[in-house]
Amino acid sequence: MGRKLLIHNDKVPNIHTLDVYRAHGGYASVEKALKTMTPDQVTDEVKKSGLRGRGGAGFPTGMKWSFLAKPEGVPRYLVCNADESEPGTFKDRYLMEKIPHALIEGMITSSYALGAKTSYIYIRGEYFYVARILEAAIAEAYAAGWLGQNILGAGFSHDCYVQVGGGAYICGEETALLESLEGKRGNPRIKPPFPAVAGLWGCPTVVNNVETIAAVCPIVNMGGEEYAKIGVGKSTGTKLISASGHINKPGVYEIELGITVEDFIYNDEYCGGIRNGKKLKAVVAGGSSVPILPTDLILKTAKGEPRLMTYESLSDGGFQTGTMLGSGGFIVMDEDTSIVKNLFTFSRFYHHESCGQCSPCREGTGWIEKILKKFLNGTANESDVDLLWDIQSKIEGKTICPLGEAAAWPVAAAIRHFKDEFIEIARKKKFVDISHYNRLNKLVS
Amino acid sequence: MKVTIDGIEIDVPKGTTILQAARMIGPEVAPPAMCYYSKLKTSGGYCRTCIVKVTQGSSANPNPMPKPVASCRTEVMDGMVVENFINPDVLEARKGVVEFLLINHPLDCPVCDQAGECKLQDLGYENGSSKTRYEFKRREYEMIDIGDKIKLHMNRCILCYRCVKTADQITNNRVHGVISRGDAAEISTYIENFIDNDFSGNVIDVCPVGALTDKTFRFKQRVWFTKPVDANRSCDKCSGKTRVWLKGEEVVRVTARKDQWDEVEEFICNSCRYDHKKKSDWVIEGPSPINRNSVISQNHYQHLNELKVQIMKQQKALGFMPIDKKP
Repeated sequence: MGRKLLIHNDKVPNIHTLDVYRAHGGYASVEKALKTMTPDQVTDEVKKSGLRGRGGAGFPTGMKWSFLAKPEGVPRYLVCNADESEPGTFKDRYLMEKIPHALIEGMITSSYALGAKTSYIYIRGEYFYVARILEAAIAEAYAAGWLGQNILGAGFSHDCYVQVGGGAYICGEETALLESLEGKRGNPRIKPPFPAVAGLWGCPTVVNNVETIAAVCPIVNMGGEEYAKIGVGKSTGTKLISASGHINKPGVYEIELGITVEDFIYNDEYCGGIRNGKKLKAVVAGGSSVPILPTDLILKTAKGEPRLMTYESLSDGGFQTGTMLGSGGFIVMDEDTSIVKNLFTFSRFYHHESCGQCSPCREGTGWIEKILKKFLNGTANESDVDLLWDIQSKIEGKTICPLGEAAAWPVAAAIRHFKDEFIEIARKKKFVDISHYNRLNKLVS
Repeated sequence: MKVTIDGIEIDVPKGTTILQAARMIGPEVAPPAMCYYSKLKTSGGYCRTCIVKVTQGSSANPNPMPKPVASCRTEVMDGMVVENFINPDVLEARKGVVEFLLINHPLDCPVCDQAGECKLQDLGYENGSSKTRYEFKRREYEMIDIGDKIKLHMNRCILCYRCVKTADQITNNRVHGVISRGDAAEISTYIENFIDNDFSGNVIDVCPVGALTDKTFRFKQRVWFTKPVDANRSCDKCSGKTRVWLKGEEVVRVTARKDQWDEVEEFICNSCRYDHKKKSDWVIEGPSPINRNSVISQNHYQHLNELKVQIMKQQKALGFMPIDKKP
């Protein structure tokens, strides 16, 4: 049984209320930080912990915090990115829904470390009911004095607000999120300047994922060095994984970084094996944008070592034979899955969610979707596979924000590992059943 | 700060972007730009045609930048080495961008008023392919009037945001912008509004393609049949320094003067642009210096004579007679 630090209390009745949360050791990190530590000490603990951004990029959080510009007389902001929209990822929703105070506690502790008097939780529009849960929790925290003026008499004042977005994937990109938070069209900004220098309303801002902020509480409670003992190498601590697809037990699991992928898929503690006794075909390990890997490469690296659930092990071999831990959206596919159909689903999503600001992504994502539609209709030619490859290579790395890459990588990986399947469909003019998409479209319209 | 672009070194002040530095060297190394406009703040970064490869970040940090960068929004560092036209990867990437810009473009140059002074036409000629790989239906929109004298042809738009930034930065209230998302994004006005101010016509000048056209000039003349002259008049709203396009003695249109990079030198008012269409309204300074880099003025149709011979042969075979020789 792995150690759990974030959702160990998720089954406790009424854990979403302040009293129950407090009775189970909640807000201890705020007490410890405000009463016994300086802001820099908190940052140091986070640095020592080796915590890496849980939103997908895996950038060391302590380092990100230390980049924050601290000019005199200019307010600083902490923004929590709760715009979790990557297909296959639902860990933040689970955390906020079950234990909203864990996030708020993390927001207060992190804001103390950063010297932010105001923080925002930007939550995606589809999570409107979660926003209500958070707002209720914030109201409780204000009433109990955890938020507001002079918290715990330690001289630190803090306000936390929830802002509901309009439901756009692109607003999960940190600069688009800030634009949206400012009330503008959610277009990513051109970097530099980075948010750490000029973010929300031109002020220094740190944008962190929900899970990252929540992980600050156990780090402060147990100490950064203790936290760093969990995990392997530079992948420290625990990570929430959203497991979905053809497995016996889909859901959100907190794992210690460093367990093997095989263990995660087949152990009854986690996914519990493939549904209906089928064989594993492929896994998308970190949310829809990371490269898909076939069975042999996801269970073992190209060198033959068992693949671990860590940032390094999953990306071992680069994109040729590896993938990424990403946001932890673990999508498992059994032997009956059509990779082409699955890719179409992803590409349709990225086409729909492109903001339209820069040309390669605006035009290219739609083009990819249309070509994949040809495969599903049975009208594709073999040359279309090369065309797809060429289009994705012309999007990747040429765009303002990472959405271009997110749209290009799944296409590249599917062709890299499952080219035969594309060719087979093109040769046989095989028709892939997409009737459920038509039903879905009818429902939407 | 010293920066080397395509092997040519230049000293530029701090804060200069790669594109500006390249323009200081000259057109032989300057990347094409569809959305960047030096007269408009925060413009650029969207179209990605100006991407270049930075092979050395700076002398302090000589590592190359991992991805191609938009030269219009990347500031130079001391000792930076940039590759533009000499790097095949950059040219290939740019070709890709041009293809993306063209897949949903109607390619209606023969009936487009912008033809001959269209940046996309030039770009397509220099970096595009002669064949399309896009086999699907192109995006279509209805033509709309977004101002009294401005026609919006959304089919042709490449979403460079120049007109939006112009309205933001030279007029008091912007009533148009980008609505919708992704490839459904379009320029439009706020509900039942239309662009109505003394400087609204400038959005036509900044438009790199034929998306925004002057209704008083539409379908009147092909630009290459008109003669541009620099002219001025005393105007209480703007400097009155304009470019007047003549056809014989008739003023067919008035625009702002444009510089070497096809950018407006000084924005002009609507009164100069629309209301003074008599030659006597203007003091003519002399012929405008035209940078002959457009498709037509460069005489790119190298096989034009051959084409003429072939057409004559066909006409002969069909029994046609040249018009001037008809009885």
